[in-house]
This record gives sequence, C-alpha cells and structure tokens, in this order.
Amino acid sequence: METMIDIFGLYFATFLLILGESLLVIIPIFVALAFLMYADRKIWAAVQLRKGPNVVGVFGLLQSFADFIKYIVKEVLVPSGADKVLFFLAPMITFIFAVVAWVVVPFDDGWVVSDLNVGVLYIFAIGSLEVYGVIIGGWASNSKYAFLGALRSAAQMISYEVSIGFIIVGVLLSTGSLNFSDIVRAQDGSWGALSWYWLPHLPMVALFFISALAETNRPPFDLPEAEAELVAGYQVEYSSTPFLLYMIGELMAVVLMTALITILFFGGWLSPVSWLPDGIWWMALKMGAWFFMFAMVKALVPRYRYDQLMRLGWKVFLPLSLAWVVFVAAAVQFEWFGGAYVRWATGG
Amino acid sequence: MTVTVSKVIKRFLLADFAVAFKVGLQYFFRPKKTLNYPHEKGYLSPRFRGEHALRRYPNGEERCIACKLCEAICPAQAIVIDAEPREDGSRRTTRYDIDMTKCIFCGFCQEACPVDAIVEGPNFEYATETREELFYNKEKLLDNGDRWEAEIARNIELDAPYR
Repeated sequence: METMIDIFGLYFATFLLILGESLLVIIPIFVALAFLMYADRKIWAAVQLRKGPNVVGVFGLLQSFADFIKYIVKEVLVPSGADKVLFFLAPMITFIFAVVAWVVVPFDDGWVVSDLNVGVLYIFAIGSLEVYGVIIGGWASNSKYAFLGALRSAAQMISYEVSIGFIIVGVLLSTGSLNFSDIVRAQDGSWGALSWYWLPHLPMVALFFISALAETNRPPFDLPEAEAELVAGYQVEYSSTPFLLYMIGELMAVVLMTALITILFFGGWLSPVSWLPDGIWWMALKMGAWFFMFAMVKALVPRYRYDQLMRLGWKVFLPLSLAWVVFVAAAVQFEWFGGAYVRWATGG
Repeated sequence: MTVTVSKVIKRFLLADFAVAFKVGLQYFFRPKKTLNYPHEKGYLSPRFRGEHALRRYPNGEERCIACKLCEAICPAQAIVIDAEPREDGSRRTTRYDIDMTKCIFCGFCQEACPVDAIVEGPNFEYATETREELFYNKEKLLDNGDRWEAEIARNIELDAPYR
C-alpha cells in the first residue's frame, strides 16, 4: 500500500513538474505572440507609410489584447449545413498542434521541456498533423470557398514539407543528430557567428525561409486565404473564438519557423562573438530578426499564382534541395572544405 | 520570354527581392502619412462641397429670394421649394427642403444661386443615426448658415478671383 502511494506520489510530482515546465514555455510565448502580432502590423504599416495601430495603450502596444477581448466576446456563428463536431474540432487541432510543437524547442542550453533525441522528426510529425486542422475546417464548413481553400492549403503544405525535409537532412548529415540541442551545440565553434551552419549551408537558408513562408501560409504564398478569389479560404465560416484559435495557431507556426531557422542555421542560443556570453537573449534576438523578415516579405512581395507556387515547390526547390543533400553527403564523407560540413555533436 | 544566363543568376540570387527589401527599408524609416483623424484633419480646398447651408445678409435678412433656380437645376431633384410674398411684399420661401440622402453634392445649386444664398459649406461630419434626420428643412439650413458663416464667407472670398 505504501509503495503504491510512493509511486503515485512520484507520478504526481512528475506531473506537476511537466505542468510547470509547460506553463513556463507557453505563457511567455503567448505574451510574446501578442506583441509579435502587433509588431507584424506595425512593420507592415511602416513600409506602406502608415502608422499602424496606435490608439490602444502607449503606441498601441495593447492592441492585440483589445483584439483578443473582441474575439472572445463575439458571437460564435455556425453555418446551418456544417458538421458541428468537426467544425469546432478543426481550429482546436490547429491550435493544439501549434502549441505542442514547442515542447522540443531549446531556448537555451538545457532550457527545453522535452529533450527528445528525435526532436526533428517530432516537429515534422506535428507539422504534418497541422494540415488536418485546415482540411477538416474547410470540409466541415460546408462552403465551396472554404473547401477550395482547404484543398489548396493542404496541397501547398505537403509540397513544401518535402523540400523542408531535404533541407533539414543536409543539416542532420553535418550534425549526426536529430536532437535540436545537439544541432545547436554542433555549431559552437571558435569563429563565433562564422562557425554556424548558415555559412556552409548558405543556399539552403534562403530555400528554408521561402519554404517556411509557404508552409505557414504566409504571403506571398497565402493562397488558401487569397481574398480576391476565395474570400478567406478555409476560415470563411469561422468567427469569434474558433477564428481566434486559427489565427493564434498560424502565427505560432510562423514563430516556430523562426525558431527552427535560428536553431538549424543560426546557432540558437549561441553568441555571435566569443567575448559575449551565450544565452536565451540571443535566441530571442535571432527569432525577432527572422520575424522581421517574415513581416517585411508580407509587405513587399506580391502573391504567387497557384500554378507558380506548385512549380516553384516541385520543379525548383525539390531538385535543388535534393542535389544539396547529395553534395553535403559527399562533403561529409570525403571531408571537403577542411571538415566545414562535419561537426559531429554526438559520440565525438 | 527568353531565358538568359544573367536572368537565371539574378533569379537565384533573389536580386529582385534584395532591391525590394532595400526600398522597403527606406520607406520603413520615412515619416508616416497617417492622420489621427478625429484629432488631426486634412486640408480642405475652399471649393470643398460639404453640408448645405442657407446664408443671411449681415443685417440678419435671409438671402434666398425663392427664384427656384436651385430646385430647377438639381439633377437629383433633392430640393423642394414653396414660396409666398411676405407681409412687407418681398418674395420669400415658406418651405426649403433638401433631402440629403438624395443629394449627390454636385454643387450646381450654389452655382445657380444668384444671391449666394444656398452654399455647400466645409462641414462633412454630419452623420446621423436615422434617415429622417437627413431630410433638412429651412430652419436646419438657416441654422447651418449661421453656424458656418465665418468659414463659408472666407471660402467664397478665397475662391472669388477664379470665378
């Protein structure tokens, strides 16, 4: 009997620990997300010579919170022909998977909820499952526009996942590990910023960034939401809190992509110069810089046509990334470039 | 469309995006054009055609002589006028209605008016909650004239050299 209590006590303690760790990750991310959404709008506005939101709070800093309250208190509309269960399940799927993916992201050395040895595969699995939120939502809405948007989105996300996969394989060949923390540690060299993977994998940084835009349905690849042809894509019939969940889920996927670029190519929490200490602030700074790029692209680049999008994905990105994998494999095997491509993080 | 080597290289180096990014950054740091509307307002030309007003002479006598030229020229037929001689024998309107929901703000009424009585003033902030409030009568129009006389007189004076 006492052993039972001990065991349950242990489980309970572990449960509390996991809960605490999760909250420690989720709450800062949500707060950051509110300000990132504000920053997104501000950057977009600034490029267009507008001021952007500037009424709620100082410089409009509380705009996202006002929007949040607005979304929460609005009426939830359900189309009469909609499948009610799936209709409400879909935004939750998008939202939950967007949150769950953060489990394996290391913010600093050891600052990770679950230091999975297959972290890359985990992110990939979660990323693929996110498509379900979109496609179920589009189908359950019982609307032509929503369904077409969902189909487009699903095809787009699957297409670009392929090239993202090959790009990551290149990094994995250099690292010899699927663990995100190990990938960052492998980039810890004596040359500071120059020993990160962006230099040996330079073409793939651009490819990864563009693929990430397509993967997260951001402009110029926001075809699922192309308002001129599909009104709002799979979100047409959504309002109020379900719409909020979609929106947060999408933005979270964007921020996750900035985290992935930072970890894979820009040394995560590592300091760019040896005389400054490593730390979470570097991670935040790099993610912020990449988020700025995401926002700038939204402001600058016109939307792609659907066939252009598919051609770019399958005829340009896939062969390029495939060729790069072959190149990196050869560079690793024969130790070209003074071993720039070989920095085994594990077992070395 | 011919595909040359230089074009291909440009495309792979994202040359167009680099240029766009540079231009975007330039715009990013430029002063912004936004006006914080209720607190800041844009410039209005003296010829701006806003809410209608019926003007008076400085001695308080109303200008309108009920010639009905405005009623005749109004392309939207938004103006309705009835007229009768007043006790002193002068010809005056007994009714001067403008249906602001019909008006297209063409400015023909103020062009037609021989005594500068009906004018379109600089006010454009007169939104109402009901349609009925937009059916203006003579009392409302004269009240507008009294309220906006300073601005209207100034605008007419500024525009005078051009007519």
